[in-house]
Amino acid sequence: MSAAGALLEVDRLTVHHGQLRALTEVSLAVRPGEVHGIIGANGAGKSTLLRTIAGLHKATSGRVVLDGADVTHAPPERRLEAGIALVPEGRRLFPSLTVEENLLVGRHRARSGPFDLAAVYSLFGWMAGRRRQRAAQLSGGEQQAVAIGRALVANPRVLLLDELSLGLAPIVVQRIYELLPKLLASGVTILLVEQDVSQAMRAASRIQCLLEGRTTLEGRPGELSREQVERAYFGSEVSGSGADAPAGGLTGPAAAVGAARAARGEPGEGGPPR
Amino acid sequence: MTALAPPKVPDLAPAPAPEVRRSSYPSAWLAGGSLGAVVLLALMPEIISQGGLVVLLNFFILLTMATMWNLLAGYAGMVSIGQQAFVGLGGYSVVVLAVNGLNPLASIPLAAVIPALVALPISYLVFRLRGGYFAIATWVVADTAELVISSVTALGGGTGHPVPGLGSLSPRTFGDVTYWLSLGVAVLALAVTYGLLRSRLGLVLAAVRDDEVGARSAGARVMQARRIVFVVAALGCGAAGALLAVSQLQVQPGSIFSVQWAAEMIFVTMIGGMGTIEGPILGTVLFFVLQQNLASQGAWYLVILGSVAVVVAIWAPKGIWGFVSSRLKFQLFPVGYLLGGRGSTGRRR
Amino acid sequence: MTWLNAIVQGILTGGFYALFAVGLSILFGVMGVINLAHGDLAVIAAYVALAMIPVTHLPAVLAFVVVVPMFAVGGYILQRTLLQASLDRDPFTTLLVTFGLSVVIENVLLEVFTSNTQSLNIGSLLFDTLNLTPQIPVSYFSLVMLAVAVGVLGALQLFLSRTGTGRMIRAVADDREAAQLVGANYRHIFGIAAAIALATVSIAGIAYGILSGFTPTAGTANLLFAFEAVVIGGIGSLWGTLVGGIVLGIAQEIGAQINPAYQVLAGHLVFLAVLALRPRGLFGLRAAT
Repeated sequence: MSAAGALLEVDRLTVHHGQLRALTEVSLAVRPGEVHGIIGANGAGKSTLLRTIAGLHKATSGRVVLDGADVTHAPPERRLEAGIALVPEGRRLFPSLTVEENLLVGRHRARSGPFDLAAVYSLFGWMAGRRRQRAAQLSGGEQQAVAIGRALVANPRVLLLDELSLGLAPIVVQRIYELLPKLLASGVTILLVEQDVSQAMRAASRIQCLLEGRTTLEGRPGELSREQVERAYFGSEVSGSGADAPAGGLTGPAAAVGAARAARGEPGEGGPPR
Repeated sequence: MTALAPPKVPDLAPAPAPEVRRSSYPSAWLAGGSLGAVVLLALMPEIISQGGLVVLLNFFILLTMATMWNLLAGYAGMVSIGQQAFVGLGGYSVVVLAVNGLNPLASIPLAAVIPALVALPISYLVFRLRGGYFAIATWVVADTAELVISSVTALGGGTGHPVPGLGSLSPRTFGDVTYWLSLGVAVLALAVTYGLLRSRLGLVLAAVRDDEVGARSAGARVMQARRIVFVVAALGCGAAGALLAVSQLQVQPGSIFSVQWAAEMIFVTMIGGMGTIEGPILGTVLFFVLQQNLASQGAWYLVILGSVAVVVAIWAPKGIWGFVSSRLKFQLFPVGYLLGGRGSTGRRR
Repeated sequence: MTWLNAIVQGILTGGFYALFAVGLSILFGVMGVINLAHGDLAVIAAYVALAMIPVTHLPAVLAFVVVVPMFAVGGYILQRTLLQASLDRDPFTTLLVTFGLSVVIENVLLEVFTSNTQSLNIGSLLFDTLNLTPQIPVSYFSLVMLAVAVGVLGALQLFLSRTGTGRMIRAVADDREAAQLVGANYRHIFGIAAAIALATVSIAGIAYGILSGFTPTAGTANLLFAFEAVVIGGIGSLWGTLVGGIVLGIAQEIGAQINPAYQVLAGHLVFLAVLALRPRGLFGLRAAT
């Protein structure tokens, strides 16, 4: 794949957790204005990939390049200044800080750009009125919104979104995903990780599937068949049974299963929400 | 668009069952070697001077304390800075028992049990705190014990009390007997630690060390294991304190409850290697070499010891023994398990 | 009336204990570690002031002006070097390292300054008293120190809640990794927290040197009192620390009233009672785990 024109480029990235290899030579290229979606089962290395791009994990080998500048060895705060912001899995707000303080902390090393506190407050209508509440008192969906706001006020060029839907009701997830076009319009490029495959297929302009730390599939959502995705998601031993379908389902019958699951508010594949 | 080849299915051909062993050498060697060493040490009164015996006696006292602290911190993860409480209580127990007519030498076992009995209720108090807070709380307990004891006028208050009933022995016999007792206490401390670690309790502690959160789901058992260790450590430190009282013929609260005991047992264990049986032995040997050479330099030996301990903690956290054994793949006192066939080096936990 | 006096004196001492305790509390809150050398660092401050006065001919009260900034810088450096290196291992290592540091400091002071009791002389300022009643004399210096303690706590509260750095310190205390994601260099933030901790403890140390005689090994007692104030007040509560210090101070004064030998013991017993009956402390946000 050519990296020409890529804003964020990851080149043959290998990452270890202690002795365990979490990622093996994963490459990706995100072009400006794209929504690049990473899917994969639990433990496939999706979060590790985003966390390594954000600088929380050290790469064993490989490179992370933002707009031509190698940031592989830069600490997280330098990457933030360069324009990479991560909305971490589980939201990770500062619970003893108020909503406004969480956003102010996000301004700590902000680049100049369209997003400031006022812009975030206008993006999420409810937020300004509750800005003096402690983050710990918010609902999961509200916390997710503040977490996104906290990353946005730094005015990133690439926004990394890790499992936005985790533990949230479908209607809340839908509202959060409706936000993405607005963010794209303001010039933010998005790299997201999602366990809910159908959600990722809807939101992303490019899909990449990880299995046991390796890329098994990559392409435009419209051009991928259900079988291809299933094989890439589970590896070779895919049975035909619907019970094993990727979380959220894909198309046809599997999508119906997924929708039904989602309607019951059950989490997707891979255990309880954290 | 690239669809990659599916990953290979791992070869699941049955592997030969791995052999699980404790040790990389026959256990008879350990038994034989240890016995030989103990016999040799027991013959020391025939070999070296009385002055040398006193050095060895203090060596065994510190070795006992360090072994107990190692059990607490190195295996059970509890950093206590208050073990001097039990040292002091052991020493004062000898005095109380001797005042009531018991032979001080014969009363040492009982004098060690008393601090252990005190440790049990204390554990319910200090176990409410973890980590650093536990550490300082034990320190407060030790300070409290010292203040309480020094306020008892019958025990001599702040000036201390002699140990009565030791006049009947000749200095030579007294020196030999106290030496043998200290050797016996140290050997017992090592043997009990070794035994505990190879028992179920050792498994529980290893599980906590590897995965605190996971092991906590077995909560009560972990708490119980920690409590046992805390009481055993008090017993050992009590015995050490009783020996100190007897060998020095007197107790004085400021010295027998001194935090210096904690400092010494902590430093020698850290330097020798926490979490190994051999570490405190090696550390205590180094301590005595250092102390003998710096005896004229006042407190500098503690400065050097403390500095070395700090350096070791940061840059060689397994201590000198850990450094050596990881290179030689060898342990004198195996308390873990070895996995793998004969001839392979195996992975040790 | 002697009992009332004990309570008044206890309150005054309590402010002073809070000054000792606040640095310990901050370091624990931000980094999750206990600095066992905390008390000894205070004693160093007293000795530095002592050594400085004959050289600079400054009056002892002005020692604060020189020593406090010195300790702030020293705290930052200590954190960025030794303490951070130990933290990179684990909190367990930090505990052992600070204990090692404590023993090293005490014994170096012992070798350099001998075990003789020293004190910082501020002349008549120490002895001038305000007589609330003839039976309750209150030393002006103690009053000033209580005011300083309250002032330091108030300033800290404002700093933590109103400034960007203060917010970032709280963010790091809440979630170090998330703080990195919003651009915090947590090592630098730790350094700032340590600078604050050492600055406050040096104030306490010099005040201690003025109020009472000190020896190289006085650090241990100071550490224990600071710790007791933190636990009694409740871990994680800034003003709880002041209340904890006052409760400890009153307990000690009442103990001393019964028998001078019981002063410290009474404080320990109150601490142990709080631990047994209310382990979260009086205003605790969380248990001390």
